Amino acid sequence: MTRTCQALVMLCAAGLHMPAFAGEGEDLIARYTAEARAADPAFAGFSAARGEALHRSRHGGGKPDTPACTSCHGEDARTAGRTRAGKAIEPMAVSVSPTRYTDAAKVEKWFKRNCTEVLGRECSAREKGDWLAWMMKQ
Amino acid sequence: MTTNIIRPLAVGIAALAVTALLLGRAQAGDDEYYPPVTDKLTLQECGSCHLAFPPSMLPGASWKRMMGDLQNHFGDDASVDADTAAAITRYLTLNAGDAPGHASKLLRGMKPGEAPLRITELPKWAREHREVPKTDWTRKDVGSKANCTACHIDAAKGYFEDD
Repeated sequence: MTRTCQALVMLCAAGLHMPAFAGEGEDLIARYTAEARAADPAFAGFSAARGEALHRSRHGGGKPDTPACTSCHGEDARTAGRTRAGKAIEPMAVSVSPTRYTDAAKVEKWFKRNCTEVLGRECSAREKGDWLAWMMKQ
Repeated sequence: MTTNIIRPLAVGIAALAVTALLLGRAQAGDDEYYPPVTDKLTLQECGSCHLAFPPSMLPGASWKRMMGDLQNHFGDDASVDADTAAAITRYLTLNAGDAPGHASKLLRGMKPGEAPLRITELPKWAREHREVPKTDWTRKDVGSKANCTACHIDAAKGYFEDD
């Protein structure tokens, strides 16, 4: 009986959590949209395909041992990645890690660190939005 | 009369045996146990890229040096905001290997005043790992000397026995 109750409570909690998450992800998309528009008035929306290309491409300019996002995150965004120091990285795909993008400050911190490592510069708002759009589709 | 003497004696011997066993175990494990990070912020900030190394593995001066230059953290920019850095530094130095009440065995053999940044450069660390073949370090699932957990499976819990 208690088991059933617990399961019910968890199900309800999960149900309540979903819309909250979608809101957070959309908040970030809204934020990057505004920033992208400010940078380029001709901005016409994010593209998951561009996001995927950004994620998979081997870029120059960053550190030699991390030429691509996939160097640490792996080829499949739905599975865990691994840092060079051997620590597991939670999957990036929203379908697998639904609470991944609920803390905007955390997302920004990692974009800054990781874009610098891989691209040798910070990512633009358009790049961040493209990438996030792809992860939200995954 | 005899039972009156034998009983306390037996109890005493049993107690001694248990104590000796426990002491023996504690001593055997002492060398390899380094209390893991319990501070949430430190665990979160230091533990996302690598094992959040136990603070007692380095002296306080090392932690201060490290936390003072997070922009150049072994080739990565690991900078955090000033408040976060101050809080983490406080935790690490309070629990450092040479903090009052701590006498970390890993710091044995260090020259006074030294503040190394790499745990792997400590004389005791080098001694403990001298038998590890070079080919083990380059294995794909090891990859880095910072990857303690590859061999010490319970490293995150503070246990660094020879596995």
